[in-house]
This record gives sequence, structure tokens and C-alpha cells, in this order.
Amino acid sequence: MSIFVDDDTRVVVQGITGGEGKFHAGQMIEYGTNVVAGAVPGKGGQEVHGVPVYDTVDEAVEAEDADASVIFVPPAFAADAIFESLDTDLDLAVAITEGIPTQDMAKVNKRLDETDTRLIGPNCPGIITPGEAKLGILPGNIFSEGNVGLVSRSGTLTYQVVDNLTERGLGQSTAIGIGGDPIIGTSFVDALEAFEADTDTDAVVMCGEIGGEDEEQAAKFIGEHMDTPVAGFIAGRTAPPGKRMGHAGAIVSGSGTGTAQSKIDALNDAGVPVGDTPEEVADHVEDFL
Amino acid sequence: MKLHEYQAKSLFADAGIPVPDSRLATSVDEALGAVDEIGYPAAIKAQVHVGGRGKAGGIKIATDREEAEQYADEILGMDLKGYTVDQVLVEAGVDFVDELYVGVTMDRGEGKPVLMVSTEGGVNIEEVAESNPDAIAREHVDPAFGLHPYQARKVVYEAGVDADVALDVASILSTLYDLYEENDASEIEVNPVMITGDRDVVAADAVMNIDEDALFRQSDLADMAEASYEDDLERKAGEYGFDYVRLSGNVGIIGNGAGLVMTTLDLVDYYGGAPANFLDIGGGAKAERVTQALDMVFSDDNVDAVVFNIFGGITRGDEVAKGINEALEQFDEIPKKVVVRLAGTNAEEGMEILNTDLVEVEKTLEDAVQRAVANAEEVTQ
Repeated sequence: MSIFVDDDTRVVVQGITGGEGKFHAGQMIEYGTNVVAGAVPGKGGQEVHGVPVYDTVDEAVEAEDADASVIFVPPAFAADAIFESLDTDLDLAVAITEGIPTQDMAKVNKRLDETDTRLIGPNCPGIITPGEAKLGILPGNIFSEGNVGLVSRSGTLTYQVVDNLTERGLGQSTAIGIGGDPIIGTSFVDALEAFEADTDTDAVVMCGEIGGEDEEQAAKFIGEHMDTPVAGFIAGRTAPPGKRMGHAGAIVSGSGTGTAQSKIDALNDAGVPVGDTPEEVADHVEDFL
Repeated sequence: MKLHEYQAKSLFADAGIPVPDSRLATSVDEALGAVDEIGYPAAIKAQVHVGGRGKAGGIKIATDREEAEQYADEILGMDLKGYTVDQVLVEAGVDFVDELYVGVTMDRGEGKPVLMVSTEGGVNIEEVAESNPDAIAREHVDPAFGLHPYQARKVVYEAGVDADVALDVASILSTLYDLYEENDASEIEVNPVMITGDRDVVAADAVMNIDEDALFRQSDLADMAEASYEDDLERKAGEYGFDYVRLSGNVGIIGNGAGLVMTTLDLVDYYGGAPANFLDIGGGAKAERVTQALDMVFSDDNVDAVVFNIFGGITRGDEVAKGINEALEQFDEIPKKVVVRLAGTNAEEGMEILNTDLVEVEKTLEDAVQRAVANAEEVTQ
């Protein structure tokens, strides 16, 4: 088993005719993902990689029975694309786009409360269930099938940790990049809750970073609700206050909230060992299994 | 993107929020011309993007022409926390009896904007939030509906603002929320709002930050952006369009992806070195970006050694390797030792291309960082 995506997931790619959308749709298909449609306004009737393109997500769902979307739409139009997914009642929408205005995301966030659609991202690498499906831009070849769940705010850090796991024969059930923006759909807690319920996930890795309080909330959730062991990693120990470290969300505020230390302490208090290096994270996972 | 106080106040004034009479000056003569028009007392305020200007000596109150000349001369050209002051706002002093704090910002946890009001204005609000959180009243705004006027009144009364000025303060707060929305602000703060002896309400300071991701639809504000960099390196990073932060150490760091670059910094520190910078070349970087990135770290005199760590998803190892070779082949002698680690997409092809006469190569992140730290130590010894 796995969480959120598997063999049966039927994917519509929003923005499939753009450069990135086209390239990654191809990569997703090559990985074995069930890409059933594309959706691009004004491009209905075309085909990309043999996949039919529709003008709206609604038509794509109607014709191809899609139940999940991946969004490769430029920032100015991305919130609209997310709303289109939410209003079409898909089970899952994965927004890869980086640079969506925060006030747009606040409105999206409000709508999320009113729908059953799960949003992953934005500004994220996507989600992969190794051997079954990949929705996003993660390089499929570094992943391997197994029983370790992984949730992370960062793309490349995910790849690094997965590489350390795969190298030791520790395969993954599902890996999710939840995104580096201040307002995101799926939180650490949402992913951890799903991993806890998944019978094929026997250990979880959580990679957080400075900024916000999501990691602290995740620590609380782990302490109170999880039996599955979790190993942690927090990036940004050396980040100076007030500077945005690449991600819009990765900033230690002037008052000292959102620091790496407060997150590490919270995780340790919940019984979660936090690795000093990605290698050490893999050590902890090995100990669990 | 941060706006200067004078820029934010001009937006305030256009929207009908009362602000003190003021003029912008870039020379002592201009400043004196301004005080002659405004009268005394007059505040001379450094216009730089740093907090705590008052404590750092960047704000002075002049009571006569002699003082005005002296203060303008002192503040113009001064170094304020690494930034050179090249303009001052000359502003009419306000005779106040009370100070409030009002602000609008995004509450990340809730995913909603929040209004904040406190009667403990004029001091560092973050300290108030720590020591006496109940002194700040808060009201969340539903982003789909926008602000209902009653909410501004509610939070002002809840904060305990004097009844005779409460509605005026609520009106300022409503206008601030409109500005927040219209301008895609990430934060607006007025600290203090001054209440005068005549019971007038005046916005005496203004902090306004704009969401950089929204600048594509805020072209007027984008034009207001006065590139203010701490030094030439940050200017260069701005020109190249890199995410770059300068730190105080001597190990230069180049990588892709915010989380992995932060991790590389942390590992340099963990293995006993000191990171000199955060530099993210972003996803899908081609050879030219790589050359620019190396130029950045080589131009930093503090850097003694470099670690270049790429985990390719959309970034291709062979492209990066080509860029590294091209950049380094220009030198007769490599200015600083570079350790390269490539993993992920086309990493093996990249490793084959890399000219090992010019760079050192390591297979793992941990090994690469340790070697760079050792290289830096060698230089300093």
C-alpha cells in the first residue's frame, strides 16, 4: 500500500502543452504513471505524448475519468488552476508552481476548507509511490520500493535523503514534498496521519526547515498519535534571522520564532531522533527496522 | 520587498491616513530647506531598510536650525547596520500623549490575514508579544470576504484604545487592510500611531513589505524598489538573479534547492567550518548559471575554499560539469580550491566530464563538505 497515489490514480496534467508541463508529463508517463489527460485553455483537441488535451479540467474528468491533477501553470494563473481542480472535486491536486502570491494562496486555503480535495504544494516537487505512480518532478530513478514513508518541505533535500536510504536498501512506501511556501495545502501533520494509518509504512522520515511552526505541530502530533517510529532532519541551523533562505517560507523571524533549535527540541521531546547529517537520518531508520 | 518609510507614508497619505508633514532630502542643504518649511521640532529620519533605526542613531529630533544641520550631517552618509544612509525624511514632530501599535500581516498557521492592535505602542512589538502577549489584540480576516468594518472596531475596542479615538483608529486600520490587499503586502505595521493632546490620531511611522511573488501585478511598486544591498556581492547576486545570503565564514557554498543548500551550510558548520554564504542556483541550471555562481564565490574575499553540491532532479549533472570546466579553464591558476559533488540526473556523465586537474571530486555530501572544510583550514593556517 501507500498514501494518496498508487497504480489506480488517473492523472490530468494542467499546463501539459507548456515546456515544463510537457517534459514532466513525459517523465511521469515513462515512470508508469497513469496520465490520462491534459487540460489547457484553448488547446482542446491536441495530443501531447499521445495523451488527449481538453480545454477544461471538467471535460478531462468527464471524458477520461481523471481523479488527480498535477499543475504546471505559471504563477499568475496558478491559483486559478488550483481553484479549477478544487471545483471539479478531484481527490488530489498537486501544485508544482513556484512563486504564487501569498494572498492568492490564502484564498485557495479558504476554499480547501470547503472541499474534499487534497492539495499538495504549491512550490513542491510532488509525490511518488515507487513502482506505481509519480505526480511531479521528482527523479524516479533514485527511489526504490519499500516501507519507509518520507515527507519533506524541500525537493533536493528529499532526493538527498532518499539516496541515503536507497543506498542501504531502505525502500520507500511513498515520498511527498509538501512545499516551501508560507501557505500550503497538505501539512506535515496531514502526511504523518496518513503514514500512521498506512499498514505498509513501518518507519517515517520527516525533513523540515526553519520558518513557521509546522514542525512543532508535527512533533506534537507524533508524540500524541503515532506508533510508527519517525526520524527527523531540520535544515537551516546556521541561517541568520530575518533572511529569506531561498524558500519564501524559510525565514527565522526577528523575534526568534521558527528557529531550527526550537524545531529540533520539539521533535526530541516527542521522542523523535533528529539526525545531524542526512547519513545519520538513515542510521536512525535502519535502527527502527 | 521592503518599502522605505517615506514610500509607505505616501501610500498612506493617498489613502487618507493622517501622516505628519514631511519632505525627503538627500543633502544637508535639502534637509535645511525642508525644516525651514516644516518648522520645529523636526525629526530627521534615516531611510534605510533596517529595523531599530532610532536606537542605532538613525533618528534624531531637531529643535532648532543648528541642530537640524548637525543631525542631517551626522545621519546622511552614516553606516547603519551595514547600510549607507543616502536619504533622510525630514518630518514635523508630533506632540503626542499616547502611542499605539497597529498592524496587518499574514498568519501562516491559520493561512489568513490578521489585524493586530496594542496600546503598548512605540516599543519593540516583538518584545511585547514575548513578555505580555495579552497586550496585543488580534482579529483574523476571511480572505474570501475581506475585512468587515466591524472587525476593525472590535479589535480596537478589545485592545483597550481610549473610546474618544477608537473609531478614528479603527478607520486607519480598515484603510491599512485595504492597502494590504490592494498592494499585495505581506506586512504593514504602524508603530507608533500617535494620539496628540488635541486627540488627533497620526501614523508616525510606517513599515510596509510587499510580497515579491506578487510584483508581476504590482508594477508601480516594483518601480519603487530601490535596490539596497549591503555590499557589492549582494548587488551582483541581485543582477544574476540568485537566491544569495552572505554569512561571515570562509567556506563558499553553491548548490541547488533551498533545503539542500541550507543543509550544506549546516554540515559545514557541523564539521567545524564556517559557511561564507547561501547560494542556490535553482532548478534546471545550465552551464552559464554555473559560471556566474563560481564568479560570485570567487569574488568574495572571505572565501578560502568552495564546495559545489548538486543533486539533480531537473538539474543535469553533465550541464553543471560543463559549466564548472568552462568557468575554471579561464584561470591560469584556480583562485580557490573547489570540491564538487554531483548526484542524481546525469551525475555519472557529469563526473566523467569534470576536469579533475581543476577540481576535487567527492561521491557523498558528507565527504565533500569535510574536504572543503579541510581545504579552508589549510589556507588559514
